[in-house]
Amino acid sequence: MAEGRALLACNAAAQALGVRADMPRAAALALAPALRVRERDPALEQATLEDAATWAGRYTPRVSIVTAPRVSIVTAPRASITQTAHAGGLLLEVAGSLKLFGGAAAILRGLRAGAAQLGLAADAACAPTAQGAWLLARAPADEAPCLDAGDLAQRLRALPLQALECDTAALAAVGLRTLGELLDLPRDSLARRYGPALCAELDRALGAQPDPRVFHAAPERFHAGLELPAEVEHAQALLFAARRLIAQLEGFLAARGGGAQGLRFTLFHRDAQTEIDIGLVRPVQDAERFALLAREKFSALALRAPVRKIALAVDAILPLAPASGDLLADELKPAGDWAQLAERLRARLGEQQVGGLAAHADHRPETAWRSAPVGGSGRKPGAKPTAGPHDPRGQRPMWLLEQPRRLQESSDAPCYAGRLELMAGPERIEVGWWDGREAARDYFIARNPAGALLCIYSERYRNDAGWYLHGIFG
Amino acid sequence: MPSVRALTDLLKQGFVWRAGELAHGGLPAVSTGFAALDEELPGGGWPAGVLTELLPEHEGIGELRALGPALARLSAQGRWIAWIAPPHLPYAPALQAAGLDLERVMIVRTRNATDALWAIEQALQSNACGAVLGWPGGASRTAAPGFAQLRRLQIAAEGSPALAFLFRPPQAAHTASPAALRLHLQSVQGELAVRIVKRRGGPLARPLLLRPAPVVPVARSIPQFLAPAAPAGRLGARPAPLPLAANHAVDRPALSDAAARFLPSRLAHG
Repeated sequence: MAEGRALLACNAAAQALGVRADMPRAAALALAPALRVRERDPALEQATLEDAATWAGRYTPRVSIVTAPRVSIVTAPRASITQTAHAGGLLLEVAGSLKLFGGAAAILRGLRAGAAQLGLAADAACAPTAQGAWLLARAPADEAPCLDAGDLAQRLRALPLQALECDTAALAAVGLRTLGELLDLPRDSLARRYGPALCAELDRALGAQPDPRVFHAAPERFHAGLELPAEVEHAQALLFAARRLIAQLEGFLAARGGGAQGLRFTLFHRDAQTEIDIGLVRPVQDAERFALLAREKFSALALRAPVRKIALAVDAILPLAPASGDLLADELKPAGDWAQLAERLRARLGEQQVGGLAAHADHRPETAWRSAPVGGSGRKPGAKPTAGPHDPRGQRPMWLLEQPRRLQESSDAPCYAGRLELMAGPERIEVGWWDGREAARDYFIARNPAGALLCIYSERYRNDAGWYLHGIFG
Repeated sequence: MPSVRALTDLLKQGFVWRAGELAHGGLPAVSTGFAALDEELPGGGWPAGVLTELLPEHEGIGELRALGPALARLSAQGRWIAWIAPPHLPYAPALQAAGLDLERVMIVRTRNATDALWAIEQALQSNACGAVLGWPGGASRTAAPGFAQLRRLQIAAEGSPALAFLFRPPQAAHTASPAALRLHLQSVQGELAVRIVKRRGGPLARPLLLRPAPVVPVARSIPQFLAPAAPAGRLGARPAPLPLAANHAVDRPALSDAAARFLPSRLAHG
């Protein structure tokens, strides 16, 4: 990674060849002629920081972005500083969130793990002042959070000079090494000699000067994309990238206290794109749930061309239905989540394959039921069903055939795996003349030699009418 | 005596049973609604946490009505009943009449047997269902699941609070299965004969006779002249002038004599 003539960062393979991150580009190329130098992309850096800020919104609404400084002069700082000297970062004001998330240490852990999930290399530090935390993060030494001003002053004194954001080349030239040595110098002459910016930074770090920041405003809709390092040909391999986007989405949703009910992945091919929609039964915030559904979708996917970029968009952020606990929690209560099961099945089998049932008041069996969304109207479970167990119209078969089946007849009796005998009936229906699907039938209950009870009918008003099997009493 | 305690624990959990003794272990079971069947089943009802295979000789003999009371009980508790790869449409009014809450019914249709097995496994693993009814042959009914696939389902069932019913063809009784309970169902003179092919406990010599919810109410049985005893010729012929039951769809009183005389001629035109 380079900007202008200066090399900013290099990977382990380059380091093995003797390349160091603080070298001029020409020197590095001389050491390793095969070195691939990539130009720094400030726009991409900014976009990444904004994505990360949106994600970090889960911990506090007050997130501000520290844009990475541009390189002006090639300095020769210590190697450990180099990695962070050109890095941007985020400042989170978490004083109001400590209780909710279980303390500063827990938040720090969450931030580190989250950054890794988003695919970022990051250090995190906590301090009573924003600038103090920033300096501590730039020269990480101690993972424990720093919670009071005295501790902060002590830790800042131990920091190497290069942790400062100001240009420290001139200070290093007079033999200073740590911030402590700098702080021991008389302030007046320091300001006179090195400019007011240096003193202001020190004051802000120590809390002696106010340090207002501009907070990042998360976008209304979620949209994130990820350029893949290489073209991907297998849908399964996309899952890794998808997980990163999902982790981002979770932070975004947590920050707004909302959930998503529909996700749209867009896969960008060289000259086309594929869209993958994932629907959920109700709004959800949980990354694991999204990832599970994405896995089912991606595993069923056949890519038509290699993928170069993957994007995730969520248009509507919906309020989450809060989970309601039961005071007298029953041991037999379902521990699992039916909505999760329905989504899982849908993701693999297709939207239409998983459904619920509803009864409809009609005398024709084929229209006396409706398919309904799983979970139906959301009526409180356990409430009384609309029709009681005593249907005045008599017994109904458990199974209905999708199409009535014409029964064979032998010696004048209908047959279904043997000659049928009529058990009960008729139940005469004559309905449907108003909607064009007229039914004038006599229904009978019949039994075959194997003992199966069947629901059969004969058409009235039709001369060729035979017998039809319409239902089976399971 | 920790070793003795460990053994009694194992017996309680139902993982070990002593031959010749029904495994009345800690397995939660749901009463079948038939006292005679409850007595013979380990746990005193349909066992949760194991696979139960039902092998009806013919569809329609009462294999679903036999489950009715247990399903109604689960449904009343607000638990879900998943129907996976059913061979026909489960008929909503009938389920309702059997006491099932339609809001807690999930119907899953699958394209092939692999998907059906997968869906049954998911439903068992999810812990969301009170009962899972599966037709593992898929829509085709040809592909029979192998032992390894059934074993997967049995393992999924072991961690699940659900009743797991697999409906399989009667020929499957001759092949080995990891299911803990296997029942062969047959209709004998209007009653359902249940032969316990396999259970945790000693074998049962005689089949049990159950009488599931009667389908044909006595009061509404067929008029005498259409009864099976009548000459065969009457069956195939159009049963046009029928005395109508008072509760039929159009809810008219039985036809008057004059109307009955009129009816055949109108039929001829219609």
